[in-house]
Amino acid sequence: MLGGAALIFALVMTLLVLPFLRRGRAGSDGSRVRIWIVGLGLVFPMVVLAALLAYGLVVGERLLPREADDVVRVGAEGRLSAWTFSYEDAPGRATEGVLHIPARRPVDVSITTADVIHSFWVPRLAGKLDAIPGYVNVLRIEADAPGTYEGVSAEFSGPGYDSFTFAVTAHDADGWEAFLRGETQ
Amino acid sequence: MNALQRHRRLTEIWASDPGFRGWFSTVNHTDLGRMFLATAFFFFIVGGILSMLIRAQLATPHSAFAGPEIYNQIFTMHGTIMMFLFAIPTFEGLAIYLLPKILGTRDLAFPRLTAYGFWCYVFGGTMLLVSMLLGIAPDGGWFMYPPLSGPLFSPGINTDFWLIGITFVEISAIAAAVELTVSILKYRAPGMSLDKMPIFAWYALVTALMILTGFPPLILGSVLLELERAFGLPFFQVDLGGDSLLWQHLFWLFGHPEVYIIFLPAAGVISTVLPVMCRTTLLGYGWIVAAAVALAFLSFGLWVHHMFTTGIPHMGLAFFSAASTLVAVPTGVQIFAWIGTMWKGRPELHLPMLHILGFFFTFVIGGLTGVMVAVVPFDWQAHDTAFITAHLHYVLFGGFVFPIFAGIYYWLPHFTGRKRFFRLGELAFGLIFAGFHVTFLAMHWVGLLGQRRRIPTYAPEDGWTTINLISSVGSFVLTIGIAVLLIDVILHVLTAVRGRRNPWNAGTLEWAMMTPAPAYNFASLPHVTSREPVAEDPELCVALARGQGYLGEPRHGWRETLTVDIASGTPDYHVIYPANTRLPILMSAVTGVFFLSLLLKFYWTIPVAMIGVAILAWRWVWGLGLKEDIPPQGIGRGQEVPHAASVARSPGWWGTTFLLTANATFFGSLLFGFAFLWTVAPGWPPPEWLAPSALELGIGLAGIVAAPIAARLARRSQAPLPFLAIAGAGILAIGAVCAALMLRTPDPTGHAYGATLLVLGGYGLFHAALAALMVAFLAARVRRGFVSPLRRAELPIVGLWIDYLATIALLILLAGHLPGLLS
Repeated sequence: MLGGAALIFALVMTLLVLPFLRRGRAGSDGSRVRIWIVGLGLVFPMVVLAALLAYGLVVGERLLPREADDVVRVGAEGRLSAWTFSYEDAPGRATEGVLHIPARRPVDVSITTADVIHSFWVPRLAGKLDAIPGYVNVLRIEADAPGTYEGVSAEFSGPGYDSFTFAVTAHDADGWEAFLRGETQ
Repeated sequence: MNALQRHRRLTEIWASDPGFRGWFSTVNHTDLGRMFLATAFFFFIVGGILSMLIRAQLATPHSAFAGPEIYNQIFTMHGTIMMFLFAIPTFEGLAIYLLPKILGTRDLAFPRLTAYGFWCYVFGGTMLLVSMLLGIAPDGGWFMYPPLSGPLFSPGINTDFWLIGITFVEISAIAAAVELTVSILKYRAPGMSLDKMPIFAWYALVTALMILTGFPPLILGSVLLELERAFGLPFFQVDLGGDSLLWQHLFWLFGHPEVYIIFLPAAGVISTVLPVMCRTTLLGYGWIVAAAVALAFLSFGLWVHHMFTTGIPHMGLAFFSAASTLVAVPTGVQIFAWIGTMWKGRPELHLPMLHILGFFFTFVIGGLTGVMVAVVPFDWQAHDTAFITAHLHYVLFGGFVFPIFAGIYYWLPHFTGRKRFFRLGELAFGLIFAGFHVTFLAMHWVGLLGQRRRIPTYAPEDGWTTINLISSVGSFVLTIGIAVLLIDVILHVLTAVRGRRNPWNAGTLEWAMMTPAPAYNFASLPHVTSREPVAEDPELCVALARGQGYLGEPRHGWRETLTVDIASGTPDYHVIYPANTRLPILMSAVTGVFFLSLLLKFYWTIPVAMIGVAILAWRWVWGLGLKEDIPPQGIGRGQEVPHAASVARSPGWWGTTFLLTANATFFGSLLFGFAFLWTVAPGWPPPEWLAPSALELGIGLAGIVAAPIAARLARRSQAPLPFLAIAGAGILAIGAVCAALMLRTPDPTGHAYGATLLVLGGYGLFHAALAALMVAFLAARVRRGFVSPLRRAELPIVGLWIDYLATIALLILLAGHLPGLLS
């Protein structure tokens, strides 16, 4: 996307500089309209945008939560200054500030809020999704390797917004079992 | 009469009062346009200083420069001021100054309304400034999302300043939009058909129509949120049947068209200035008009792309992603039409052209990053990071500020009648261009590294320190550049030598007058036969000054002009403008008392202020009345047209039509809100519906039928008073059932349903009161002998309001009583 954008930018800048270097040529307005407005103004962006849109939709499709057998379901509730996480596989278990997930398994995070609008964002695992009062939004994340991933709240929520962060800990299979049994804090 | 005598006679008639007192009573568009622009640039400086504070804060990690409470106020006010107090008023000021001149007429359609809008802008802007000086400025972000901005999480007065101050300022946007629309459609030089209209007027027309349909959703949102904050009506509280997403829809329903409301006038400047800089005419005039109209329509279909991360259904995402990329097509048409214009002509590198090149360079980058964020998966990552901040500054600074600077340098000789003397402008451009790109290229980068928007500070280990420091240094270079530009302009105004008329050899009519412009613009009105009348006849200015056009003989001390048929441009009516008056500033001051009472919760002064506004409005309209018929007037060149007071489609009728367009959008947004809450909000259905009442429905329907019919009969009758009485009775019936709806609505503070019905009823009651006042006004007019077969333009205007009242009353009654009947 960046490469394409740079190419288009270079093209436009070249077209912009050239008329300063050479004097205007004779020609009818009719042919100029065909070249500049119909060709470059209408057809060119439509082709580029159609391709880009198709690409975006396909990629977007891949990011959607899909039915699978091994999906882990967790909950994330935002409230001013902390996130609280709950686990379908360990009822009653709640952690604050750290979300535990198994690595290499798809995880659906059900995102809600107890007060104002927040946004759940772990840049290395997925895009962001908002926590909106009265709604539950589901985000699919998946960690490729065990480890700790930083997360932030990405919707302005007043004073304290800058330090409103959390972490995601991805366990290997044994570690996840241990967590579910309550052996890990 | 020679040209000099004509100039003196016309100046006597048209001039504002002398000295600074003239500022308060002027209704002249040249004066008010300059005052608008000067005030807008004052706010630009204020907003710029705030941005410097932001960059100072972010220059280093763990900055202790401003605490989060102050920092939140700073960035909220930066966005708010730049959007509402700089960008929109700059468009208004430029259009108010320029349009009558470029269209070949003497003033805008409603001179006193221009002044009223200006003073509302000044007073509303002052409210926001005061809040900032007191340290209680809005701090919830310029988008004011509830519940953060709601009564529970923002109990202070800060948010109220935003909601009330901005609504006050928006009166000026709506007033200017009504005024510009009517002026462009009706107040042009004879012979200027729509296809001969200068391209800037087309852009201004599209922009004005967008303001009329784009601002009402935000005004409604502000009203609802303020009602929630002040009286506990829970429109945005989810546990009481409200929904915070309703605000986001209303806000972005305004907010996205707003971007194009800012861009289109700037594109109009480019389309005007660029061909002159290239010694040619614009390539693809018709295509550009079509592209501007297409942009206007598309821009209302993509507000949801600001909400991609709110969990919008999947199909919705695909649709709005497609619409968001599609909007690049008409933009592309304009860009390439401009480049084609450059290829067609011989571009010369004058100072305005430098800024236009700055526009191209910057705006194309902003457009390309815009296409990136229209791709949903990318947006999920980039949303609410500094990448978006950088993108929007490329679009707005590139798409608005550079073109406006080009326009300033292009029209500066027209504003002052002088030619540039000091060459600081080129230096200023270099500093601004370099400073801007350093600042915001760096910001793209740090955004991709994950820096969120609106954070007051960050840690050294985030790894953003160097980039932020570079960005801050760039921003100070940018600021120095803007300071140099200001100094250049001020020096020009004060010291430069007199220049010749039309220094750029431009073809449009604003250059066919002496500069600085006289109060009356044209000593006689031109007859236009092409898009560039001055290019066709370089001596046009002299011919007009000699009175060889229309209305060349000053008479009776009248401020006279002509209106034309919308499509063909043939003269149709003769218009006499009102003279200088302090009524507009007085009325906006009393309007300010109303808003201030709301803000400070002095509820007992609210009705006082409302009555004050009603009395002043009565005087305002009353002053236009004529006791005697004005017969059809000779306008020169052997033609005669009727006076505007004697026709059905008077300027006032057109103004009312467009004001009601905005009003209908407001009402439509309210119905949308009702439907949205009902179908989408989690806490529905409400615990109880309003009990339907056949009696109320019957009385209401009788009024709805009777009032418009009686108003029509009054218009045709020689003795309208009995019919006016019937219309008045019908209006009172409508008012009564709306009041009943308000009284009977179930628990408005307990559920958003009751709150919505309360607002619907209040809206109907307000319009019934307004219509009743108008009917009383008409009755007084008839009894005092102000109405005759040649003086009856006011009857159809009131007729429009009554028809509107009947329509909304029907919808309100249905919305109020049907759900109870069906359940």
